[in-house]
Amino acid sequence: MSLLQLIGITAVKILIIFTMMMLTVSYLVYFERKISAWAQNRLGPNRVGWYGLLQPFADVFKLALKEDIVPTNANKPIHTLAPVIALFVAFTTYAVIPFGPDISLFGITIPLVVADVNIGILYVLALSSLGVYAITLAGWSSGSKYSLLGGIRSSAQMISYEVSMGFSVAGVLLFAGSLRPAAIVLSQHGWMWNALLQPIGFITFVVSAFAETNRLPFDLPEAEPELVGGFHTEYSSMKFAGFFLAEYANMIIASALIVTLYLGGWQVPYIESIGLPAGLVIAIQIISFFAKIAFLLFFFIWVRWSIPRFRYDQLMSLGWKVMFPLSLINIVWVAGLIMIFRL
Amino acid sequence: MIEQYIPVFLVIAFAIVFAVLVVFSSKLLGPQRPTPEKLSTYESGMKPVGSTHERVSVKYYLVAMLFIIFDLEVIFVYPWAVKFRILYNEIGTSVFVSMLIFLIVLELGYLYVYKKGGFKWE
Repeated sequence: MSLLQLIGITAVKILIIFTMMMLTVSYLVYFERKISAWAQNRLGPNRVGWYGLLQPFADVFKLALKEDIVPTNANKPIHTLAPVIALFVAFTTYAVIPFGPDISLFGITIPLVVADVNIGILYVLALSSLGVYAITLAGWSSGSKYSLLGGIRSSAQMISYEVSMGFSVAGVLLFAGSLRPAAIVLSQHGWMWNALLQPIGFITFVVSAFAETNRLPFDLPEAEPELVGGFHTEYSSMKFAGFFLAEYANMIIASALIVTLYLGGWQVPYIESIGLPAGLVIAIQIISFFAKIAFLLFFFIWVRWSIPRFRYDQLMSLGWKVMFPLSLINIVWVAGLIMIFRL
Repeated sequence: MIEQYIPVFLVIAFAIVFAVLVVFSSKLLGPQRPTPEKLSTYESGMKPVGSTHERVSVKYYLVAMLFIIFDLEVIFVYPWAVKFRILYNEIGTSVFVSMLIFLIVLELGYLYVYKKGGFKWE
């Protein structure tokens, strides 16, 4: 594959994934509002378009046409930089997540992942921890007390859960023996899903993912009864939309990561052995990847309406006193499985 | 080798351009009619009191220090985890035992912080 071909193919992949991501974010907001409405026995958005299906577009246009307010107390350059960082993180992390097996088109083998790098997991961890800066800087630079409290709380929360997230991923690496996401997916062939082999690591990773994306029950940075809007109190129009978009994009990335690391990625157990045509198998595998993500996204919203918000001290003790020791136990458990059963 | 990373650089460039476009689009599309009241800090309709650039509770600083200590250990575990199966087949259980000793030392530090009340928030 020549350099020009590589750049061309990559550009096409970026555009496809990016468009899908933006559409999913829009409709994730819509479905979140719809499912919330069903959970609370109301109707939800139903005025713009059929069943309110055009609502996300109406919201984006409305926000884009609003005035961009930078308060006089704010530190202007950092106040502008913070949403840029949030969006940057949200739109770079997806690059290493494989959404299907290798396909060959016109004699070229194309891996269905934007960047097939062998340090994929480190890339994801490094970029997603940059997300802390966006929220902390937004809170600090706004010059408002609500923002500051939201920003500080959030940075403490995110770094606390990052430790147990890192240790849970070590369990996956033990089985896969590689940092390449594609190799991690292939190591979970058949029913060897990491979620089944290391349930403790799966649970600690999912809980940490909820905390990292600031979703309920861990959404203390923007707990509205006490902090108004939290770190984005002083943001308006597209800067606010930027944070909003980044939050939902991070939810999708977190779901994609959970699927890749623990739920077998794009693999459907034993589908190759049924004897379907190769093209159909690949199509089913790609669809199964997105179906798994869709289920996890529904799970995010489901949890939101099932579990009340934690108090701050409960949140920190859950992170340090429960999740951290559990993720260490998981490493010993996985190493033990490998040694005893030679998996 | 380096050509693996070309897509990564493309994604990063694309993300920067897109993020800057989104953030500045409302400057172009939206109206600009600032008034002193609109630009004042939001404080539930009251006049803002005091400054925000004051001292922050030392608890948060402690969390940051604990994070650095324990997150560094993660980086020590990763190379071991990636090579574990190969090393186990070559030299046997000592690969596991050495990491176990490392984790026990880490746990001793953790228990010390626990006893000292480092994880307490009131």
